Amino acid sequence: MVKPKLMQGNECCALGALAAGVRFFAGYPITPSTEIAEIFSKELPKLGGVFMQMEDEIASLAAVIGASLTGKKAITATSGPGFSLMQENLGFAAVAEVPCVIVNVMRLGPSTGMPTLPAQSDVMQARWGTHGDHSVIALAPSSVKEAFCLTVRAVNLAERYRVPVVLLMDEVIGHLRERVVFQPDEKVVQWERKQCLNPKSSQPFEETADGIPPFFSFGGEYRHHVTGLVHDESGFPTSQREGISRLIRRLHYKITQHLSDIVQVEEFFVDDADVLIIAYGSTARSAQAAVVRAREEGKKAGLLRLITLWPFPEKEVSTAAVNKKAVIVPEMNMGQLALEVARVLPDKNLLFPINRVDGELVTPDEILSVMGRIY
Amino acid sequence: MAKGKHKLHFDREKCKACGICIAFCPANVFTVDIDYCAVISSPDKCTGCRRCELYCPDYCIFVEEDYYG
Amino acid sequence: MCAVYHKYLRLDHLPHIWCPGCGNGIVMGAFIRAMEDLKYDQNEVVVVSGIGCSGRISGYLDFNTLHTTHGRALAFATGIKAAEPRLKIFVFMGDGDATAIGGNHLIHACRRNIDMTAIIINNCTFGMTGGQFSPMTPKGKKASTAPYGTVERNFDIPALAQAAGATLVARVGIYQVNLLRELIVKASHHKGFALLEVISQCPVNYGRRNQMGDPAEMLEDQKGIIKSAGLGQGLENYFGQIFQSEQPEFIEEYNKMIVQAQKKGGCDV
Repeated sequence: MVKPKLMQGNECCALGALAAGVRFFAGYPITPSTEIAEIFSKELPKLGGVFMQMEDEIASLAAVIGASLTGKKAITATSGPGFSLMQENLGFAAVAEVPCVIVNVMRLGPSTGMPTLPAQSDVMQARWGTHGDHSVIALAPSSVKEAFCLTVRAVNLAERYRVPVVLLMDEVIGHLRERVVFQPDEKVVQWERKQCLNPKSSQPFEETADGIPPFFSFGGEYRHHVTGLVHDESGFPTSQREGISRLIRRLHYKITQHLSDIVQVEEFFVDDADVLIIAYGSTARSAQAAVVRAREEGKKAGLLRLITLWPFPEKEVSTAAVNKKAVIVPEMNMGQLALEVARVLPDKNLLFPINRVDGELVTPDEILSVMGRIY
Repeated sequence: MAKGKHKLHFDREKCKACGICIAFCPANVFTVDIDYCAVISSPDKCTGCRRCELYCPDYCIFVEEDYYG
Repeated sequence: MCAVYHKYLRLDHLPHIWCPGCGNGIVMGAFIRAMEDLKYDQNEVVVVSGIGCSGRISGYLDFNTLHTTHGRALAFATGIKAAEPRLKIFVFMGDGDATAIGGNHLIHACRRNIDMTAIIINNCTFGMTGGQFSPMTPKGKKASTAPYGTVERNFDIPALAQAAGATLVARVGIYQVNLLRELIVKASHHKGFALLEVISQCPVNYGRRNQMGDPAEMLEDQKGIIKSAGLGQGLENYFGQIFQSEQPEFIEEYNKMIVQAQKKGGCDV
């Protein structure tokens, strides 16, 4: 008999990172993510890892990138204002292809906003927050257990694709305490970054078949140059038009050509549904409750829960939306992911967004009342 | 033991004509060419102090010590 | 060609992008000669730089090199050193890089006393963007954004670093190339955060605007300033090593904490 534990989302996130092999954390205190830093400060030294409290979030992500360049798995955790400060170095990690994970426990914004109240309003910032075209992966857990699993996955994806991965938790999941059961046969699988095996035949930023160059680590056998400037395959700055375009395009396609490996969604009574709810994070819990109650009332509702937010699950959303009478997108923001959903729906009139921006969860009742208007 | 001479090596390709070596050489070894780049005009005067080498921002100059040739 | 150039410079990336007479080249020359003295395995050295003219130094040096974002070089370097303490770290920053946008990282790196050598190449201006005034432009000097002369005062970098907790602090001019080389060696041997302010020159965007003559004249002027050191105010205060003390170093202290934490018992995972 496995003993269930009462655990918090932030706690599971930190433990998931450790299980995934993370041995470096740098961060700055910020509500509602601080518990993550506190757990790392306690556990990392025991494992011989490094916990650093930096002078701000800019330095935090900088130190994480520095640590990752030596080959260590590294992570930072923050919330809205800190995530804003991190955008600069998030872009650096994207263009220099340094694996790292940024946990953003979303709180209501803009600016200082409501530090202790939940929101889902950093969805677009996670995708487009840093300047310039770049690739990024973002995941959104809906339960405490999933905070563990998706942190492991975030670390793995960062390592495999040499890309910054954003774990978009909302404050509800971050601070939620619920029953978590780890089965004895559940194993954490660690993915490792592709290593450079032969420096004579490979370059630190070369265009490989899968788009992901082999990693040369600092302190290893081969010296190389890492820069935030646009660089050629050798890693040195280039101003050749062809080389510039090749890099920017590769940063995109190294993600887009691996969608089947990266994108995850969960279906709940989708196939025969008339009304489809598309939700993520804590809102997906309300959506699931609404589906259950609607089914009890004989209404054919279904839920497509997005686990991967970026790259946006275009194919999954458009497939699930086929023959639906309506698509409801509840979010704790003014309609950010709804923009993406609208982009892939055949008819924009099918879209019914529910937006809550008062620091409260979208309730199942709200979703049911919108459903009632449709039916 | 007899000491060899100092041989000055100068890479004209890299010279940006800043004029530092010319001004700082205590033995007036250098003059300028039509592009204001340095020219080694009086190599025999070189005392081997290496100021030109150490101050050259572009690594154009190298003073070889104990040169026999 | 000089052996030290072959060994430590990425010759295929030269000539460098710097203007004629730029002090960066002289600093980099002194640095590679200091590397010759230090005899470190090149694979075990990391050179980190920020943004601006000085930021390009990392690309020309044959070590593990990292050209970071503006002002953040020390924060990246801190991550590298903490994650892999055996690596020798050298950080190059410009004056705008280190004291304007990177000022916060500078004082905290000093406070942490993490074992690395930071070199601030102070040419009194933001050179790459065309000569705007920096926190190190002396009051009254002209800049593209100070056409009537700056009204702001400049920092005293060594005093700032010492107050913030750096444990080796020195100021040296590029005129003193041999002293610069010696100080880089000394700073690298020092256990803790060592900071060198190197007074450099930007003949094109600073010197020309302030009628300071050609590169050679600017260097000659610096010689005069160094000779009269201690007589005036601001930059003319001191040259050479200013301060050195032994204080607990970050990595050593962290390792002590690891021992303590591991005594307390296993990880909860």
